[in-house]
Amino acid sequence: MPPINFNDIEVLLPLIILVIWACLLLLVDLFIPKKHKWLTALLAAFGLALTLGFTLSQLGSESNGFCATGKPSICMVVLDGFSVLVNALLLLTGLLGVALAYGYLKRMGIERGEYYTLMLFSISGMMLMAQASDLIIVFLALELLSLPLYVLSAFARSNSDSQEAGLKYFLLGAFSSGFILYGIALVYGATGSTSLSQIFEIASVGTSSLLLTIGAALILVGLGFKVAAVPFHMWTPDVYQGAPTPVTAFMTAGAKIAGFAALLRVFGSAFPNLSEDITPILWALSAATMIVGNLLAIAQTNIKRMLAYSSIAHTGYILMAFVPYGNPEVAPVSIAAGLFYLFAYTITNFGAWGVVIALEQKESKGLQISDYAGLRRKYPVLAGAMTVFMFSLIGFPPTLGMVGKFYLFRAVLSGGYTGLAIIGVVTSLVSAFYYLRVVVNMYMFAGEPKTDNEFWLRFTIAGAALVTVVFSLVPQGLFAWASRAVLKLF
Amino acid sequence: MVPQDYYIALSAILFTIGALGVLIRRNALIIFMSIEMMLNAANLAFVTFANTYQHLNGRIIAFFVIAVAAAEVAVGLALIVAIFKSKHSIDVDQMSSLKG
Repeated sequence: MPPINFNDIEVLLPLIILVIWACLLLLVDLFIPKKHKWLTALLAAFGLALTLGFTLSQLGSESNGFCATGKPSICMVVLDGFSVLVNALLLLTGLLGVALAYGYLKRMGIERGEYYTLMLFSISGMMLMAQASDLIIVFLALELLSLPLYVLSAFARSNSDSQEAGLKYFLLGAFSSGFILYGIALVYGATGSTSLSQIFEIASVGTSSLLLTIGAALILVGLGFKVAAVPFHMWTPDVYQGAPTPVTAFMTAGAKIAGFAALLRVFGSAFPNLSEDITPILWALSAATMIVGNLLAIAQTNIKRMLAYSSIAHTGYILMAFVPYGNPEVAPVSIAAGLFYLFAYTITNFGAWGVVIALEQKESKGLQISDYAGLRRKYPVLAGAMTVFMFSLIGFPPTLGMVGKFYLFRAVLSGGYTGLAIIGVVTSLVSAFYYLRVVVNMYMFAGEPKTDNEFWLRFTIAGAALVTVVFSLVPQGLFAWASRAVLKLF
Repeated sequence: MVPQDYYIALSAILFTIGALGVLIRRNALIIFMSIEMMLNAANLAFVTFANTYQHLNGRIIAFFVIAVAAAEVAVGLALIVAIFKSKHSIDVDQMSSLKG
């Protein structure tokens, strides 16, 4: 057996810490009495914060881990600016997820310690996804992030909606994993390797092979399922509506970030040569996702379902950034804009779902948009925060969503995709209709909404609203970070 | 010796049958079995390609996939059993309380 290479461990250090923490938490939770489950939540949050600290300490360092003996270019995992940025974002998602879940689980009577452990495992899968530099690691990471999410979707066992969401997510998620795996098999058959850098080298020498193109297309289909791009979005509204609300909040942000990270890693480092074939497909996917997501959201009366369609629409906006991925002149700016938009979406999204959680009552009550009537009179701060989130989702100043869309459309226009940018702007205008309906309900109509006053929930909502506004005034630092992070990828 | 193209063709056929099964069948268990068939079609392709290239890689990947499939079975069957307990049916067409 070869000796342990400490460099390998260093590359994966945050991930290793998180996995060990999750395993220990699973054991420790057994000895925490039912009344004191807040301790489990606190420990989970502490583990996430610790991992976040280690992740940030890796800022600026670059190296490869678990390389083939004697061939330092063939490696399993990689550590670079992009992975650090994405990992930090994922850990932030986890922290917000814990904050939203704690009070909700208690109120709904489904408080069990496994919730937090499953979340930690899912986040570790997402982090591995951002660091993968081999297709088989991409597949394993994808399963590691998906399996806990299937369980979390069905976490409210006694609720038939939640069960249904879990089964639907599981069947369609496993179906999409099958596509990705078969795609990987074909790519392996075409090139004789699963390492992303090797695939790139082999593919750039020979003539383009049909097997490779089909393999890449199958991988794209599978990842399209994971990020909920039209036409692979059928599961999204059902799962997001049926799953417990904090799980939905966590899924919309976390699974999207991880899916896009994988998309960028796989297509950016292994298949830039295929961009002639893939770019038109991405263009069509992005346009269809923006149009279908926004149009279907208009008809919704349930706020969870409306936000689910809005999440599909936002997948379309972020996909826009990936369209010119094979063009090294445009791609870095474009991808950086995509990453910034992911950050903006994560914060805004968690805030909006936080308000939904505050108003949700037992047995799925309080989830209609009409239930938001009268919110301004009774809870002006909450209504104000929700207004900020809705404006940010539309892309109205002064919010993060506006800045994100500005960077995004600018990048898309400079890449020469004017048609796509026009579709983006028009669908954003359409989206104002259904987002503003929530605002109108809160401000114009009378009603008696009931809300939850739990501290961490309020804290998250207020924090998210503050960040959404303040960061929109000083976004340059963050955008510069994102630009630096993706520069090395091309 | 059977040429490797035959194996690849067989794996493509198995994958197609699996994918069609997911789309056509309505029983959650059968859908699940179809998904397993897709994973095993990929395994067959991996092992065949590994044989062509005389690598170990593809064979090792097949083991990884088998382990992942086993983990998926654990989660999937648990979900199906939970639903069967409350609804006394695992027909996916009857799971329509969420729609719109």
